[in-house]
Amino acid sequence: MRTRWEDSSLVNVIESAPPVRQVRAKRAGRPGAGPWIRRVPLVPALVFMFVVTQFPFLLTLWYSFQRYNLNFPTNPRDFPTLWNYRQIFGDHIFRTAALNTVLLTAAPVICSVAFGIGIALLLNRYVFGRGFLRTLIISPFLVMPTAAALVWKFTILDTTFGILNFFLRPFGLGSENWIGQHSQITIIAFLTWQWTPFMVLLALAGLQSQGQDQLEAARVDGAGSWRIFRSLTMPQLRPYIELGVLLGSIYIVQAFDGIYIITAGGPSTDTTNLPYYIYETAFQAYDIGRASAMAVVVVIATILIATVALRVVSSLFSSEGMEGR
Amino acid sequence: MSRSSRTLADRQAKPLTRLLLGLLTWIIVLIFFFPVLWMALTGLKTEPDADTSTPHFIFKPTFAEYASVWKGAGGLNGLPPYLEHSVLITVLSTLIVLILALPAAYALSIRPVPKWRDVLFFFISTKMLPVVGSIIPLYVIARTLHVLDHQRLLVVLYAAMNLPIAVWMLRSFLLEVPSAIIEAARVDGAGLIRQMRSVILPIISPGLAATALICFIFAWNEFFLAVNLTTVNGATIPIYLVGFVQPEGPFLAHLSAAATVACLPVLLAGWAAQDKLVSGLSFGAVK
Repeated sequence: MRTRWEDSSLVNVIESAPPVRQVRAKRAGRPGAGPWIRRVPLVPALVFMFVVTQFPFLLTLWYSFQRYNLNFPTNPRDFPTLWNYRQIFGDHIFRTAALNTVLLTAAPVICSVAFGIGIALLLNRYVFGRGFLRTLIISPFLVMPTAAALVWKFTILDTTFGILNFFLRPFGLGSENWIGQHSQITIIAFLTWQWTPFMVLLALAGLQSQGQDQLEAARVDGAGSWRIFRSLTMPQLRPYIELGVLLGSIYIVQAFDGIYIITAGGPSTDTTNLPYYIYETAFQAYDIGRASAMAVVVVIATILIATVALRVVSSLFSSEGMEGR
Repeated sequence: MSRSSRTLADRQAKPLTRLLLGLLTWIIVLIFFFPVLWMALTGLKTEPDADTSTPHFIFKPTFAEYASVWKGAGGLNGLPPYLEHSVLITVLSTLIVLILALPAAYALSIRPVPKWRDVLFFFISTKMLPVVGSIIPLYVIARTLHVLDHQRLLVVLYAAMNLPIAVWMLRSFLLEVPSAIIEAARVDGAGLIRQMRSVILPIISPGLAATALICFIFAWNEFFLAVNLTTVNGATIPIYLVGFVQPEGPFLAHLSAAATVACLPVLLAGWAAQDKLVSGLSFGAVK
C-alpha cells in the first residue's frame, strides 16, 4: 500500500505542504529523547480507532463464515462454512446490486468532476459577486443529505407537486414520473448535485495554486486559451482531480441516504446498490451471515478500486504527455 | 480567494464575452442553489400555498409551520427531543475527537514518532473502509450490550468516524507552528503541557476551530449509523425527518420547515468555515 501511495501525485500534494521537513528529520533522529515516550500521545487514538473500526471488521469476516440469522438464534451456525459466499455469488440481486454500485458511483463522480472543473473555471475569473456565488455553490454539500433527499423527492421530483415538472411543462414534458421511471437518472442527478460543490472547491484550490506569471507569459507568447488550459491548467489541476476522484469514489460507493429516501432501492432493484442491499439483508431479513459476506466483498472491492483507480487516472494523464508539472 | 484575479486573460476578453460568462456563472450557481432556496421558501408558506401543482411564487410568508415543527402537529412529533439528542451527540463526539486527536497529531508532526507515515496512513485507511464493513457487528455488539438506541453509542461511533480527519487536519496545522518558537519555550524551561497551552494552542486555535466545525458538520448530517442503531431514545434529527415519509405523502410546508431548521446550523457553520472546508474535506491535503 505504501509505495503506491508514495509514487502517486496525491502524496505530492500532501507532502508539499509542510515547510519544516529538515527540522523534522533532525528531530526524529535526535538520540536519547525516549522514543517510546513519544509514542504515548498516539496510543489512545490508535486503540480507539482499532476497537471501533478494525475490530468490528474482523468480526464481520468471522460472521461471514457462519450461518447466522437473528431470526433463528438457536440454529447451528456451521462454523466455518462457505455457505454465505456460495449464496451471494449465485444471487442475481447481488450481481445487479454490484453493477448498480458501479454505475451509481462512476456516473456521479464523472459528472461532478466535470461540473466541478467547469464551475471552478467560471468562478476563477472576475465575476460580479464572486464570494457570494462561492458561498451559494457549497450549500448542496452542507445541507443534511436526509433533508435534501426529502426535499428533492416531494417538492421537486414529485409528478404532481414537483416544481421540476412545472418548469418542464412549456417543453411538453410536464407529467414525467421521475422517481418511478427514471430512478437511476434521479439518483445520479441527486448525487452529482451533492458532490459537485466538493469538486468545485478542490478545483478552485488547484486553480489558485497556479502561478499568474506563468499564465501571462504563455499568453504574451501567443498561446490561445485552449492551449493554456491543456498545457498549463490541466497539469496543474491533475493532482487535485485525482484527489477528487479518489475521495468522491470512496464516499459515493457508500451512498445510502438518497437511495433509502428517494427510491428505497427501487423500482424493483433498479437503484439497489450494495450498501442498500446489505442494509436490507442485515436489518430487514436479519441474515447476519449473508450480509457480512457481502460486506467483506464490498471492502475488498473498495480497496482494489481505490488503488486501481488511482493508478489508471495517473497513467491516463501522463500518457497524454502532461506529466511535466 | 483574496487575491484579485482580474488577470490579463480577463482584461483581454471582449466585454460581451465577459458579460455572458458572468451571466452563465450566475445561472449555473443559482440552479445548484435552487433546491436549498426552494426548501427555505416552501417552509415559509402555509400548507395550501405549498401543496399546489402550479407553484405559488408570490405568497405571504409565515412562520406558522416553523412553530408547528417546534410544537409538533397532526400526529407528528415535535423537533425538540431530537434536536437535543443531535446537539448532545454532536458536541460530545466532537470533544472526544479533539481530545484524542490533538496529542496524536502532536506525535505525528512536532515531535514525530518513527514510522509516523505508516500511522498517518493507518488513520486514513480506516476512513476508506466502508461503514457497511463494520455496521453488522456493531449492531450485534450493541444489542448484546443493551446500548442499542442509546445516545452514547452514536457519540462513540461519530468520534471514530471523525477522528482520522481531525488527526490529518490538526497535523497540517501543527506543522505550521514555527519550530523556533517551540524551541525557545523549551529553552526557557516550559514543560510539554505549558508549551502546549501557552505556545502551540494559541497559534493553532483557528485550525482547531475549523477541525471542530468539520467534525460537527459530519456528525450532524450522519444518517446510516443513526437509522440502523437508534429508533427513539438516541434518535437524531435525520431520523426525525425520515418520519415524515408516510404512504399518503408529507405535508410539504411542514416538511420544508423542518428540513430548513435541520440544515441551518451546518449551513451557517459551513459558510463561516468555507476557507477551511476544502482542507478538512481533503484531510488537510489541500490548503
